[in-house]
Amino acid sequence: MKQQHGMTSIVKNTARLVSGFIAIFGVYVALTGHLGPGGGFAGGVIVSSAGALIVLAFGRRLATKVITDEVVHVADALGASLFLLIAVLGFLTGAFFASFIPVGDLGHLKSAGTIPLSNLAILVKVGAGLLGAFLALSAFRLAGKEPSS
Amino acid sequence: MGAELLIVILIVFMLVAAVIALEADDLLSSVIAMGAAGFALSVIDLLVAAPDLAITQVVVEVIMLVLLIRVVLKRRDTAAALSHDLLRTGISLLACGVVLAVVFFAFGGLAENGPAGVVPPFGEPVLAGGNATVEPGVSKDYLEQTVEGTGAVNSVTAVLLDFRAYDTLGEATVIFASVLGVYALLRQIGRRKEHLTL
Repeated sequence: MKQQHGMTSIVKNTARLVSGFIAIFGVYVALTGHLGPGGGFAGGVIVSSAGALIVLAFGRRLATKVITDEVVHVADALGASLFLLIAVLGFLTGAFFASFIPVGDLGHLKSAGTIPLSNLAILVKVGAGLLGAFLALSAFRLAGKEPSS
Repeated sequence: MGAELLIVILIVFMLVAAVIALEADDLLSSVIAMGAAGFALSVIDLLVAAPDLAITQVVVEVIMLVLLIRVVLKRRDTAAALSHDLLRTGISLLACGVVLAVVFFAFGGLAENGPAGVVPPFGEPVLAGGNATVEPGVSKDYLEQTVEGTGAVNSVTAVLLDFRAYDTLGEATVIFASVLGVYALLRQIGRRKEHLTL
């Protein structure tokens, strides 16, 4: 049951220090998607890679006490619903996906109507979805390591 | 011209990596070769001035590589017994090339080679409408209306989330469905076996 303890303490401490910054960078990439290169999808994958780092360093059993399957599933569905909600709110003010927030000042963080909100929704959706797939595949490897025969 | 030469070299590198990924004995070797092809693709994205795509490609490649290596590493025994018939691989590649060439010339070849051609030359997408045989595209309108229409500075994001948000909704749906598929296929098996071993 070496899997239960994860990697060495060097890796664990490094992951503990770095993973938060990686997640913040992912949120930054998603939030400034309308100002520079990036966007919700890239940011979501970066956030999920921070989660994957924790799963790899601490082992799946310990990591799933913090990042439970239920949290991941709820966040996944929540992100998808938020994106759809933004689209439907646009529908109420005109057309499906119509930008119902004023455009704002060019080049500011708070500009471009609904685009930053959509980026955030996609961030939550993609991050949680890929992290959930990663957790599921970790379980698959756990199952494959000890054949039942 | 230098960038184009570099792109051709990278494409050849990607082809070699793809063939290695198909033909390698070890699953781990194929995964690493796949990663090499992906990173080369991200460099190509940078060279054709698409930083958004390059960021996404690099990050997706890293996480897929980590994931696949983690899944594959302790499972050497399940390495698929691929046939190592070089002749068969060569014939398959040749057939693919012939099909691609037939498709290319069926569409009339390069647009500059005559009135029948519809395939635009490299670097001039169809939507730009730069060539005479294709209707003027919409991408000029997108670029013109990005700032006043959406207020976003990055026109790629403006296209993704404003002009063509339907496509993004479809993409999000595809990811949602595929993640659901992963859960349905893997999670239950893993849980059952875990309970057994516990």
